[in-house]
Amino acid sequence: MTIRVALPAHLRNLAKVSSGEVSVTLDAPITIRRVIDALEAQYPKLGGTVRDYTTGQRRPFIRFFACEEDWSHESVDTPLPEKVADGREPLLIIGAIAGGM
Amino acid sequence: MSKVRVLVGTRKGAFVLEADGKRKNWEVNGPFFGGWELYHLKGSPADPNRIYASQSSGWFGQQIQRSNDGGKTWEPVNNKFVYDGVPGTHQWYDGTPHPWEFKRVWHLEPSLTDPDTVYAGVEDAALFKSIDGGQSWNELAGLRGHGSGPHWSPGAGGMGLHTIILDPSDPNRIYIAISAAGTFRTDDGGVTWKPVNRGLVSEFLPEKTAEVGHCVHHVAMHPARPGVLFMQKHWDVMRSDDAGENWREVSGNLPTDFGFVIDVHAHEPETLYVVPIKSDGEHYPPDGKLRVYRSRTGGNEWEPLANGLPQSDCYVNVLRDAMSVDQLDECGVYFGTTGGQVYCSSDAGDTWAPVVRDLPAVLSVEVQTLA
Repeated sequence: MTIRVALPAHLRNLAKVSSGEVSVTLDAPITIRRVIDALEAQYPKLGGTVRDYTTGQRRPFIRFFACEEDWSHESVDTPLPEKVADGREPLLIIGAIAGGM
Repeated sequence: MSKVRVLVGTRKGAFVLEADGKRKNWEVNGPFFGGWELYHLKGSPADPNRIYASQSSGWFGQQIQRSNDGGKTWEPVNNKFVYDGVPGTHQWYDGTPHPWEFKRVWHLEPSLTDPDTVYAGVEDAALFKSIDGGQSWNELAGLRGHGSGPHWSPGAGGMGLHTIILDPSDPNRIYIAISAAGTFRTDDGGVTWKPVNRGLVSEFLPEKTAEVGHCVHHVAMHPARPGVLFMQKHWDVMRSDDAGENWREVSGNLPTDFGFVIDVHAHEPETLYVVPIKSDGEHYPPDGKLRVYRSRTGGNEWEPLANGLPQSDCYVNVLRDAMSVDQLDECGVYFGTTGGQVYCSSDAGDTWAPVVRDLPAVLSVEVQTLA
């Protein structure tokens, strides 16, 4: 299955992709963990940017949205909605609004 | 004619400033990596076209960028900084044990002889080394494994390893400094380390002369005299004449001995530069006057250098890696401010002029002297 993934601008620059979305191909089950595994395999420069190398956890200011729902606090092994799995909707990786300097 | 290239790291990107040996007319290139924090950039002494840059973000973590053409183009290399073995704990602000967690690279120090060898000082404090141009990183774990590691605690800015000094006369000797643990030295290429903080006095410590726990802000060395070190501590400017074994205070007549930067003239090993900052609670110069202080006597006797620097209503800071000197016959001195100015003196500090005025807050300044 072809999964669409929307990336924030800084990660598109790192991955050297020009479009707002990239796609990865993988078999079911379609989960956040497996999508990011595939994303990092396809774009090695994204390693460590979405999840911490040591803990494997989502970085604090990264959010995962799908089908207008916040999946950030769901288990990364929960199957994503069917519309993401069949490519009708993207998995959105978002840099949260977090203020700072 | 000789040229200089100034590598500037800021809160929102990197800039590369270039001029000929007169250092009057500047070409400003950048921002590179716009929007990211560039804690430090530094060129290889063995190949000035090879430059390493530490790029980080609260959102997306750490990247290491490498240039092979003097900063014109860049390529991300490996960003995997994983502590050796079980990371263990250090002391948290409240005194409780806290797991060692990688946050960012504060300082990159390329080898003096091999462009592919580079050291990275990181937060939480540890030293990493790459021997393949940044394609892989391995921790020199003997430093963190020093028995005092569990007692190190972060300063207000984090527990960063911010200073790495390679001894040009002895490839096995390296000095590093950590906030707030102190200064450490290895004499065996990084396998084993010892704290070298005797003589430092820190009022905030329960034991004021403790072996570790001092908030060292920066250390400088003249390559011709590698056994002589100069330190800007949280408070106090210090000097060691025996490779860090013993330190003595040389703050002398400085208006305040708090500050971050310290550097040594390229050709005069007893000529030092600091930028006094009013206090640890007020990170700006005294009296709203930005003044570099120079000692031509290795400390104790200091003169203010103000010609060309703002002398009213100036409330910027100069951070620990934001001063550098070039190697030209008339030594150039450079520093950057949290207000986004980069100043250059082409006459060893007598007069100053801004190179740029309105960059994002400057985190680091390094100079390359090019043939």
